[in-house]
Amino acid sequence: MKYVLQLADNAMILGQRLAEWCGHGPILEQDIAITNISLDLIGEARVLYQYAAEIEGGGKTEDDYPYKRDVRDWRNLLLVEQPNGHFGYTIVRQFMFDCYHYFHLKAMADSKDERLAVIAKKTIKEATYHLKYSSEWMIRLGDGTEESRSKMQEALDDRIRFFDEAFIPSKLENDESLKGIAVDCLSIRDAAWTKFTEVCNTATLTIPEVKFPQKGGKDGMHTEHLGFILAELQFLQKSYPNSNW
Amino acid sequence: MVENKSHIEEVLRNVTDPEIPVLTIQELGIYQGFESEGDKITVLITPTYTGCPAMDMITVNVKSAMEDAGYKNVVVKLVLSPIWTTDMISQEGHRKLKEYGIAPPVEKTTDSSFLSGEEKVVPCPQCESKNTQLISQFGSTACKALYKCNDCLEPFDYFKCY
Ligand SMILES: [Zn+2]
Repeated sequence: MKYVLQLADNAMILGQRLAEWCGHGPILEQDIAITNISLDLIGEARVLYQYAAEIEGGGKTEDDYPYKRDVRDWRNLLLVEQPNGHFGYTIVRQFMFDCYHYFHLKAMADSKDERLAVIAKKTIKEATYHLKYSSEWMIRLGDGTEESRSKMQEALDDRIRFFDEAFIPSKLENDESLKGIAVDCLSIRDAAWTKFTEVCNTATLTIPEVKFPQKGGKDGMHTEHLGFILAELQFLQKSYPNSNW
Repeated sequence: MVENKSHIEEVLRNVTDPEIPVLTIQELGIYQGFESEGDKITVLITPTYTGCPAMDMITVNVKSAMEDAGYKNVVVKLVLSPIWTTDMISQEGHRKLKEYGIAPPVEKTTDSSFLSGEEKVVPCPQCESKNTQLISQFGSTACKALYKCNDCLEPFDYFKCY
């Protein structure tokens, strides 16, 4: 169940971050695209939270997880909670997540847990479009004007330290009982990095060396940003406990 | 109860999609039958996109159509398998989409060109011209992409393969 929540939290937080763009996208079409990706991710989070609620039983519902847990209970990657910044930051974050997400779902489609496998088979269709979209924007902006290139490079230099967390197994992911159920995230690292490198090269961006890779999200150790996202997400629920809308 | 079953079936088949009202949920391929137990009817729907906001509307539409037909105890259950693909849109559905001004999916999801991600020619639903270009991967909703016809200059939605 904790593993299912970890997967759901990633989709939920990134979906929430992207929703902040709604109405603020650089141009209308991008605004719509980002909103659609956000909806896909929140949809994925919902089917996972529903599954978690079924496993946990005891009258839990899908809404209990996003609305009633504190920062330390969240297991999402640090990458997805990072702020939107300018459009370049959003694209770089999205692209890194998509590189991980796509290969993760591809592997999860073979999970021994049938429910996770079917969720993966469903959502990979969406993740494929996301990866295509973010790759295209990496290339368009990276291999664009001098200004767009330098903004993309700035975003990449700053966010690269959050990329590898996805591929470092946590204690939970290494747990014997999850063997064959959870994705061996180390095993998808090469494929994700190959795609990542290929797109960065075409985009004429330089992949910086990472001196201090950041991790901890999977263990509940978050950056200060998550608290703010949750404050917004949970505001309604805390002000009006158990309200339905 | 046997004649009931075919009546229920008929009511359900005719529920339309809130976003593309010319299409029924049957033609769209998301209607997956129903189960009944006593007077309780469970309608099975496989969602198009996981986060498709239209799903809540479809649930409401199904319930109200059933209520109008005299069935009060109706539950809509979203099932993830079979996984919906655009291949499940019927022939009639394709024709109606085009008539409505939305270009239907041009290929099967099992086609090699789809799997390799190669761009396909999407003919304009207005003038049939093949001289069209992709403007945005995402159109007004996640299931559509935005295209422009270079001949009649009209923008149009394309129902993406999924
Ligand atoms: Zn035309």
